[in-house]
Amino acid sequence: MKHRTFFWFILPTLSAMILFIALPIVSVFVQSLFVAHEQVLVVSESCGPFGCTPTTSVDLEATEKLREEAPLGRFNGLGTYFNRSHLAIAEIGEAWANSDSLGTFWTQIYNLPFYNALIFTLTYTFVVTPAVLVLGLAIAVGVNNLPRALKGPSIFVSLLPFLVTPLVGSLILFWMVDGDGVIGATIQKIFNDPSLSLKASTALTWIMLIVYGIWHTLPFSFITFYAGLQTVPDDTLEAAQIDGASKWQTMIHVVVPHLMPLVSFVTLMLIMDNLRVFEPIVSFSAEAHARSLSWVIFNDLRESGNPLYASAGATSLLTIIIVIFLMMPVLVRTWRDFTRKSH
Amino acid sequence: MATKAQSRMTPLKLFSYTFVALWLIIAAFPFFWTFWGSFKVQADFLSKADWRNALYGANTIAQTGSAFTAEAYRGAWIDEEFWFNFKNTGIVVFFTVVISLTFGTLGGYALARSGFRYAFWILMAALVFRAMPHITLVSGYLLPFFEWNVWGILPTTIIVLVAINQPFTLWMLHSFFKNIPKDMDESAMVDGCTRFQAFRYVIVPVMWPGVITTGLFSFLLAYNDFTVAAMLLSEENETIIPAINSFMGTTQVEGKVMYAVAAVVSTVAPLFVLILFFQRQIVSGLTAGAVKG
Repeated sequence: MKHRTFFWFILPTLSAMILFIALPIVSVFVQSLFVAHEQVLVVSESCGPFGCTPTTSVDLEATEKLREEAPLGRFNGLGTYFNRSHLAIAEIGEAWANSDSLGTFWTQIYNLPFYNALIFTLTYTFVVTPAVLVLGLAIAVGVNNLPRALKGPSIFVSLLPFLVTPLVGSLILFWMVDGDGVIGATIQKIFNDPSLSLKASTALTWIMLIVYGIWHTLPFSFITFYAGLQTVPDDTLEAAQIDGASKWQTMIHVVVPHLMPLVSFVTLMLIMDNLRVFEPIVSFSAEAHARSLSWVIFNDLRESGNPLYASAGATSLLTIIIVIFLMMPVLVRTWRDFTRKSH
Repeated sequence: MATKAQSRMTPLKLFSYTFVALWLIIAAFPFFWTFWGSFKVQADFLSKADWRNALYGANTIAQTGSAFTAEAYRGAWIDEEFWFNFKNTGIVVFFTVVISLTFGTLGGYALARSGFRYAFWILMAALVFRAMPHITLVSGYLLPFFEWNVWGILPTTIIVLVAINQPFTLWMLHSFFKNIPKDMDESAMVDGCTRFQAFRYVIVPVMWPGVITTGLFSFLLAYNDFTVAAMLLSEENETIIPAINSFMGTTQVEGKVMYAVAAVVSTVAPLFVLILFFQRQIVSGLTAGAVKG
């Protein structure tokens, strides 16, 4: 295809992506360099019968004017990145110097907002992803063994948790595990503890969110693996059987290696989606015990009346860097595949 | 053909059947429970005393005289004007799907037919863009949109959703067009068509299966979107998912949780129908690009 034709064909999609994905990233970076204006203070002397006292007041008009002139705020350089709510370099140094054991150091790190969110996001991603891979494969094999008439309906049933948006899906689960809901109330009865609530402890909240995450993404890996299972050559399976391999051995040594390319595809997709975990935290109102990076950004932007653009920008950019860093192995591999093909 | 050895019931097989059955129950039960409960009153749906109340509706009978009540739906759709949010979602979804498919087919076709290196780079960039959490992009939109005075209206949200949707659409249609033999459009060009005419008269008639599959996923993205709509739409233009979220805030206080339950069931119902009709396309879309390699 000629360069010119290519250009006209790609123009709409490319301009949409540049305008609304690439430029916003630049905009995020720019706004992370500024912080909100301080209020303009005027010191005036008020003189009474007992002498003069200086009073400080806010010059609303001047503050408003300043905001009007430079809506971004005043330049702060990389200051926002290193403050307490983000990378918190100073606080980490202090914590390292002051804490006598790794445990206390860890607790102090955990209490820093950015690291707190990062720890939850990474834990969520790296628990949900492997769990979904293994369980998805197990279900795919199970469904593949089912009689033909049952396969379609089981896929139908499985699709719902995946296609329903996380906000709605987690609400549905939330109403069940809530203290008054069917699962929550049953658990309270079993442990005979009417105050037991999944929302009350950090560990239980994390488990609840992770269980939700598995429930939501399992269908994706199941269906991909199920499709992959249809392509396993019968001859190889038969050969394994003739050689005396048991079902389990066939599974481990024939089927799993055949599905390996699929595993890396599913892993990539799962990591991308799990890293943006956000809506379940809103639905479960779990923010007291679990915050993800996306939730922190959302919260900064929602700060009523006075959104913290700089803070949101800095967290966004750090998140983007983390996402790209985690995707690097896949990107490098795709690049290698491409250069191998073209030479 | 299944041999005797293959159809024998082994412990392993029994285990895998149980496992599948367990999963199917876990996947379906919450939906069934919520659907059933949405026709009850709150005292039954969230019944601490006895979970059987949610099944038989003891309090519902006491309060309304019948075991089923559509009160929650009336409250959500009429009192809280949920139909209005549905209308907004309808507009957003329709335009998002149409525009992103138009852009996506043109771009995906070009990428599939161009062997130049920059085509590969565009696909790589799209993959990275696909991985961006949506909220990071939204934080970049807010200030400029306020400045230009385009915040809060539906067209802004539509174009943002189109853009966010492009990376996925491009990848999917790119791999789809790759499977259409090059010879088809090339022979049309040998016969004197321009590239665009070849696309219009040769490729367009055969591209619909791929476009429908991609369209389903564009639909899901626009229909399910919370992050973008919650941040970029003003209250009077709210779509269903942010509306459910704000229901949660207000109705919890007023003891009208059932309104939110009814809204949730109304939101899931169209998806249910969608899966019923398009299950095959959804499955093939999920695995496109993966299975083919």
